[in-house]
Amino acid sequence: MNYKPVIGLEVHVELKTKSKMFCGCSADYFGQKPNTHTCPVCLGLPGALPVPNKKAIDWCVMIGLALNCKIANFSKFDRKNYFYPDLAKGYQISQYDQPFCQKGSIELSSGKKIGITRVHMEEDTAKLTHQNQDSLIDFNRSGVPLVEIVTEPEFENAKEVVEYLKKLQQIVRYLGVSNADMEEGNMRLEPNISLRKEGETGLPKYKVEVKNINSFRFVEKAIEFEIKRQTEILDTGELPIQETRGWNETKNKTVSQRVKEEANDYRYFPEPDIPPVILSDSQIEKLKSQMPETPNAKSERFKKEFNLTDYDAEILTREKLMADYFEEAVIVGKKHNLNPKQIANEIINRKTNINDVLPAELIKKIVSAKQTISISDEALEKIINKVIAANTKAVEDYKKGKTNVVMFLIGQVMREAKQKLDTTVIKNILISKLK
Amino acid sequence: MNLNQLTIKEAKEGLKNKKFSSVEITKACLERIKNIEPKLNAFVTVTEREALESAKKADDLTSQGEVLEAKPLLGIPISIKDNFCTIGILTTASSKVLENFIPPYDATVVEKLKNAGAIILGKTNMDAWAHGSSTETSDFGSTKNPWNLKRLPGGSSGGAAASVASDEALLGIGSETAGSIRQPASWCGTVGLKPTYGRVSRYGVIAMASSLDSPGPITKIVEDSALLLNILAGHDQKDATTSPKKIENYTKNLDKNIKGLRIGISDDYFKGVDEDVVLKVHEALKLFGKEGAIIKNIKLFDPSSSIAVYTILQRAEVSSNLARYDGIRYGNGREYFGEEAKRRIMLGTYALSAGYYDAYYKKAQQVRTLIVKDFNEAFENVDVIIAPTSPSTALPVGSSKDNPMFGELADILVEPSSIAGLPGINITCGFSRDNLPIGMQVIGPQFAESLILNVAYKYEQQKPFYRQRANL
Amino acid sequence: MKIDINHVAKLANLPLNSSEKEKFEKQLSETLTYVNKLNSIDTKNIEPTSQVTGLENVVREDEAKPALTQAEALSNTKSQHNGFFKVKAILE
Repeated sequence: MNYKPVIGLEVHVELKTKSKMFCGCSADYFGQKPNTHTCPVCLGLPGALPVPNKKAIDWCVMIGLALNCKIANFSKFDRKNYFYPDLAKGYQISQYDQPFCQKGSIELSSGKKIGITRVHMEEDTAKLTHQNQDSLIDFNRSGVPLVEIVTEPEFENAKEVVEYLKKLQQIVRYLGVSNADMEEGNMRLEPNISLRKEGETGLPKYKVEVKNINSFRFVEKAIEFEIKRQTEILDTGELPIQETRGWNETKNKTVSQRVKEEANDYRYFPEPDIPPVILSDSQIEKLKSQMPETPNAKSERFKKEFNLTDYDAEILTREKLMADYFEEAVIVGKKHNLNPKQIANEIINRKTNINDVLPAELIKKIVSAKQTISISDEALEKIINKVIAANTKAVEDYKKGKTNVVMFLIGQVMREAKQKLDTTVIKNILISKLK
Repeated sequence: MNLNQLTIKEAKEGLKNKKFSSVEITKACLERIKNIEPKLNAFVTVTEREALESAKKADDLTSQGEVLEAKPLLGIPISIKDNFCTIGILTTASSKVLENFIPPYDATVVEKLKNAGAIILGKTNMDAWAHGSSTETSDFGSTKNPWNLKRLPGGSSGGAAASVASDEALLGIGSETAGSIRQPASWCGTVGLKPTYGRVSRYGVIAMASSLDSPGPITKIVEDSALLLNILAGHDQKDATTSPKKIENYTKNLDKNIKGLRIGISDDYFKGVDEDVVLKVHEALKLFGKEGAIIKNIKLFDPSSSIAVYTILQRAEVSSNLARYDGIRYGNGREYFGEEAKRRIMLGTYALSAGYYDAYYKKAQQVRTLIVKDFNEAFENVDVIIAPTSPSTALPVGSSKDNPMFGELADILVEPSSIAGLPGINITCGFSRDNLPIGMQVIGPQFAESLILNVAYKYEQQKPFYRQRANL
Repeated sequence: MKIDINHVAKLANLPLNSSEKEKFEKQLSETLTYVNKLNSIDTKNIEPTSQVTGLENVVREDEAKPALTQAEALSNTKSQHNGFFKVKAILE
């Protein structure tokens, strides 16, 4: 029997704000001593009250904008009530029916568009670690801002999912709002996977949620495992149980965690401690204008402005650091009459390590590489010495302070050499000689 | 007169003129507490040593000519309801769940009181988690009414009201969700002010119903109440529901002429009310008429519908607010909750649960909108609304037992204004045949504290019932 | 109406004994009967009021402020270990 996978994704991105979502505790919890970044609010002490972090809200909206969402003019926080030792208040402040962003989309390389159902704001729970018979709780992470991004169940295979995740990670890193590192836990995902018969429309009558996936490699493995597992069950005529499963990386399989009992009744109601958030269209426009350029936009611009191929543009904009480096190099390169294509080639083909080589140095390298065939260092020096000797007045003027005379001298050097040379190189040599 | 019998106004005067010291007043209060607490049980915790230390420090400051204006409560001994977090002092909300909880932080109100120089005598008894109108549901024994030990003080700020009425303290800080300041003030014969919701910070007050809780002062006279509002009111960065509205000087217009004041009264607020109470409130209205006020009959939303609204909203918010008490980070486990708390959590959970949210919670919030609208319309035609605070005088000890709706029914006359977030003040307007205080309330539109204080003050000038003290 | 008291108690994370369950089932039903009075009030097209303040957009700047010390954070717990709060292992 042929089945088509129906996959939706829920991703949580941890924002790298300075403070937590609802209190002023530092949000930088990685590697800190346990329970050293807490206060009455994030510790859930009696009487404590939440006050939302403005920057976190702005960043959530930016993520929504980058995903082409409609931003709500009226939005609010809601309480999601459930009990767990890592949940200090016995409820999580989240968003239910009026989130900041809805109905967006993202385009995959195949041209297929994946619908983004919603992007909303919530707070992280404490960290639980296990030791023998006990569980240990550290509330440093409790209250850190999380943005939840939910897609429509429109993925059909693991490859699409991985592509989406990489794109999402890139967007979020470009915006500078999160490190989005799966291994560090600041980007977490839960796919829900089900299968339907070929030709069938409508959503399957069950779905399986998979947790505990912390790398792109495992995403593929977990999804593929699940598809296989569910196929086997469906082939017997049974329906897979609706449940939450965990990816076990040592066993390379998903394992049943707990039956999705009575689907937890979260008893959502509007958060009485926090007034609603009203965003006017002009405020949303302002946020849009403050947003750093998205990877997509930058790539398109590079193609247009610098006449680059799709391939080159994609590589150069894969990471913001690289894109910024390239643009800087283009600016420097212009002064030496290099075109962006040449610079792109150099970086891509020679696999330049942008951490070691400054843009200016890179340009120098390209230029001198072009020059070495035409004239040797000795020959150049001879010519320069000749020009200096033949232009005593100019030299005197330069020494008197008329520094732009050097341009004239450069011109003379080129005339003598009977070719165009790297003006910077000549200038440097001239200046050192004229000291 | 003993020093503990002074009003704040009188105490300040005496301290300023060096007639007595803060240590002396504090000692008088502590003496009184020692004598009557075995009978009264108004306090959960008495902080004798700390109080005397603070009093000594206060006296040192005054002897150095420290500006008393910057510290308007310097040297004044006060009590604080046990749902306000106080650093280093046991804070229990009168529940066994928190019987060992010592907060590492102060509520904003407590910070303000400390900055004003107040001397904290201790934490007062309440209905556990503020769930009630009798103080009988306290896990640490009920408080009695200073006017008659066989009677209840009201609740949930019963300990606070009793401590002021019995002259154990010159001020009791309380909190009201729906009646918890006004009703015990009424039953104990004190002035009780419930400010507009959002006028005073809730940060550090153990949450009961987040959209209703309002901290406020219980005092012997109206002027003391106004002084306290000056200290407590104001925007707090830590409480997102506090109003950014500027604070006025609430003592400035106390004596303003009330000629032409339009007072609204609604027949529904007198239905089912004790004869004595109706009589005394009507007498008060006659007095207002003589002062030039215009009494107008108005029709308000039937207060009994407020009971249903309040029951649902409060219990729903309570069920969520009490979820943090799991015994892990502090306190005892959930099996330590008393019966009333458990009952309210259960109902609240039910009202919010899948399938019932629309029928109960959402419906209650919609009716809430109607109640708010109703008051807004009423205040277009009247300036204040006057009514009895409680349908009766203090009820006998034991009245609340096995009566799940006791609180709501007792608070019927204060629930509507609480639901709408309006300010209200209770003032004694007489005594019943069995010498129990009768309270009348003045309700105003949002942020009209100056006006209702003014009205209460003018009445008090004519009828200083506060001079009659409980014979305990 | 029949209230599934066991289900509600589970949702509320409240340990109740059987006599409590029985008592509450009865009392809750009574209270709800009273509350049903709301049904007689017409609320068609009426917006619910979540907050009476009318406030909007109350936010704070993203600045880190001093926290409680580890000792203060742990000061009221009955069970701790090396700076962590400790509970019996949660079965995953």
